[in-house]
Amino acid sequence: MVDLLLAQSAFPEAISQNVLAHYLFVSAAMFTLGLVGFLTRRNLIIMFLCTEMMFQAAGIALIAFSRFHLNYEGQTFVIFVLTVAAAEAALALALVVFLFRKRDSLSAEAWAEMKG
Amino acid sequence: MTMLSMPLGALSSLVAAADGPFIATGEAPPWIALMPGLPLLGAALCVLFACLHVKSKLPGYLTVALLAGGFATALAAFLGGLDNYGVATIFRWIHASIGADTSTTIAADFGFYMDGLSTLWMLFVTGLATVIGLYSTEYVEHDKGLGYCRFFFAFNLFVFSMSTLVMADNLLLLFLGWEGVGLCSYLLIGYFYKKPEAVAAAKKAFIINRIGDLGLLMAIGATFVVFGTLEFRPLFEMVAQGIDAQGQPIGHTWVVVVIPLLLTAGAFGKSAQLFFYVWLPDAMEGPTPVSALIHAATMVTAGVYLIARMFPLYAADDAMIALTVVAWAGTLTAFWAATIEFAQYDIKRIMGYSTISQLGFMFAGLGLLGTTGAVFHVFTHAFFKATLFLCCGAVMHGFGGQLSLRRLSGVMWMKGFGITAACMFIGCLSLSGVPFTAGYFSKDMILAQAFATPSDMIGGAFLIGLLLLLTAAMTAYYTFRVFFRVFVGPKHFEPGDDDHGGDHGADHGDGHSAHHQGETEEEGDALHTGFHPHAPGWAMNSAMVLLAIGTIVVASLYFVNKKEDHGWAGTMVKHSSAAYASPGLSHGDKTAEHHGDAAAAGSHGTDSHDAANPHGEGAIEGDVKPHAEAGTLFGQDPFKIMYYVSAVLGLLGILAAAWFHGPKGAWGLGIGNREHPRRVRMDAVAAKFGPIPRWAENKWYVDELYHTVIVKPLLVLSHVFHAIDKLVIDGLVDLLGSLPRWLGAMLRPTQNGVLHSYATGMVAGSAVLIVLVVLVALL
Repeated sequence: MVDLLLAQSAFPEAISQNVLAHYLFVSAAMFTLGLVGFLTRRNLIIMFLCTEMMFQAAGIALIAFSRFHLNYEGQTFVIFVLTVAAAEAALALALVVFLFRKRDSLSAEAWAEMKG
Repeated sequence: MTMLSMPLGALSSLVAAADGPFIATGEAPPWIALMPGLPLLGAALCVLFACLHVKSKLPGYLTVALLAGGFATALAAFLGGLDNYGVATIFRWIHASIGADTSTTIAADFGFYMDGLSTLWMLFVTGLATVIGLYSTEYVEHDKGLGYCRFFFAFNLFVFSMSTLVMADNLLLLFLGWEGVGLCSYLLIGYFYKKPEAVAAAKKAFIINRIGDLGLLMAIGATFVVFGTLEFRPLFEMVAQGIDAQGQPIGHTWVVVVIPLLLTAGAFGKSAQLFFYVWLPDAMEGPTPVSALIHAATMVTAGVYLIARMFPLYAADDAMIALTVVAWAGTLTAFWAATIEFAQYDIKRIMGYSTISQLGFMFAGLGLLGTTGAVFHVFTHAFFKATLFLCCGAVMHGFGGQLSLRRLSGVMWMKGFGITAACMFIGCLSLSGVPFTAGYFSKDMILAQAFATPSDMIGGAFLIGLLLLLTAAMTAYYTFRVFFRVFVGPKHFEPGDDDHGGDHGADHGDGHSAHHQGETEEEGDALHTGFHPHAPGWAMNSAMVLLAIGTIVVASLYFVNKKEDHGWAGTMVKHSSAAYASPGLSHGDKTAEHHGDAAAAGSHGTDSHDAANPHGEGAIEGDVKPHAEAGTLFGQDPFKIMYYVSAVLGLLGILAAAWFHGPKGAWGLGIGNREHPRRVRMDAVAAKFGPIPRWAENKWYVDELYHTVIVKPLLVLSHVFHAIDKLVIDGLVDLLGSLPRWLGAMLRPTQNGVLHSYATGMVAGSAVLIVLVVLVALL
């Protein structure tokens, strides 16, 4: 049954392990870039973009695995992630605009009021 | 059977060894519960009045009415006589099983035991409470409102507790009443709670009473352990047979020594005897009606009642160890208190010490096996001492709280104080034991008993008699010292500092008279300008008159049933647990009949016991040595010769008081020479004794001794414990409490609000987790 489905699909063959490694390398590099950017930059919009980059890195890894295993779960999950990311982007940008209006600054350090 | 009675050789054939306490076996009518019930209702109503902010004298008058109802009930119970003697159980109170098997049951009902003793006690408790309540309605009138309600609440609660104590049919209920009167005493001594002395006195009375109460509580516990019951009827039945709950004889065991001695400790605490007496003089800080009712007439006699009630247990000891202790302690207290009175100047305190002294007489009477004399003295003393206190209270009320006999003189001649002085005179005569007064008859019975009781029963009985005779003479002296100095002689007064506001001037302007005429140049008028003595009103006067009449009337009770029972009190005692054919007091033909009663009363328990333990009684009976015959005084029957001896001694005491303190003229019996309120012949005599009068004035420094030996070490110890608590206990707790605080202080800086530090922390944490997962996977 599964074989029949696979035979009719758009991706008739799985990628090799070697190719998967390349995809995963790209994914890891993108994630690291996003993480470093998030930790080093102070601009809220840039930080937000960095998180988007980390999302996409995870998405690449999922799709790569999906292709490697020849199943649809990974791709389905990426669709969900993209949807959530889009909604979250709208909300996050609205928040950033709101925060900017309050402080006339986009710096994340303008919002460090807790003095532990 | 207890070997109480071998009174006279001639009688011993009549007196089988079957003499035991009279046990009221019948059913008492339930309406006797009105005696404690009405005052309880009164107490509840006083609380209600306090809530409603009643500002009139209503609580006072209502209290008097309810107490009068209580007295009427007591009178009805008394007139019912023997028919009313018995137990009336009002409701089940405590029924509990102890241990694995349910055979050991502690049972204490809210039941009332009526016999001669409780009837006699209830008569004077409710009667005096009514009269003194009437007096109080006027005495505390300056406190109308909350204070008035508070006073009468405690007053009612006291009468309720005292009735419960006296009428209880078991030791636990008696203890409830016992603690109740202690509480009310505390509340009423501290009535003037803004006065530090009154608060201190209240605490002192309460704490010292607690020490005695411990003895009573231990006695109750021991009684339950030994006899398996706390109810009087089964208890007396067992004691009458001389056995405990297991049927073992108690005759020569610790039971008849230790339990009575523990009871005695409780009695001495409540009745202010040796070692415990120091609270009573201080209790005079309370309002005078309270001193009269609680600290002279009723509550302090609870100790005497306790011993009289438990007398079978005391008398079950052939060696009479506990009774000897009671007799000697009473005698020494009587003498000791009398010596202190010689040098006191506060008339209320003199009366307070006199109460201690008279209570000593009562205990001596009990210890000397003369329960009739002791109980009669309780009865008469209640009347004449209450009279004396109320008169002192009238003087105190009238002169702004002045109590010093050096600052008052000739009160009798001041307008409005005639009745007070007359009542005081009657009370003084009775306390001094002038012939044909109440105190004369009752004190004589105790004094004569001391010579009638053989010394092989009560050790040193003869010496006790001599000491008591000396004390009786001293009593006459110190009593009339007050009368001669305060009530007769040149008119003079200095008001006390208790002058409550201007209410004297407006309402009692008629009390002002030319009272300055007797003064000498030393006391200027300036001392008390604008102060007018405040003569007692109708309520106080009528209360004093009623009690003075009562004092005269109770003397006649000595002649009621005199032939058979040695007076009315003897009749009452005969039908009570205190029944005891004391040496020298033979009851003639009635004695045999009485034994018959007692034997019948105790008979239903005897048969089964005989079957179970056939040797028990025989063994005790075998040990009985007939005691020596009743003693004599000057070769005569002491009960006859004492009429003359004590009369002479009393009159000598009065003459001495007249010589040393009496005013010039007829009121000083012609031998006094006092013309000045303070200068008396006694001053010259006292000067010859050096510092001794000062020591006596300072009460022989007993308070100071207690303070040094008991209070100070306890204070030091409590400071030590306080330090240990502060350093060790608190330190440990603080250490434990500081641990989270310290940890928090360590971790708090991480919560700095900077987004990047949180992100870094998160990344670092994830990294550590991943490394761990990888490591675990690899290993």
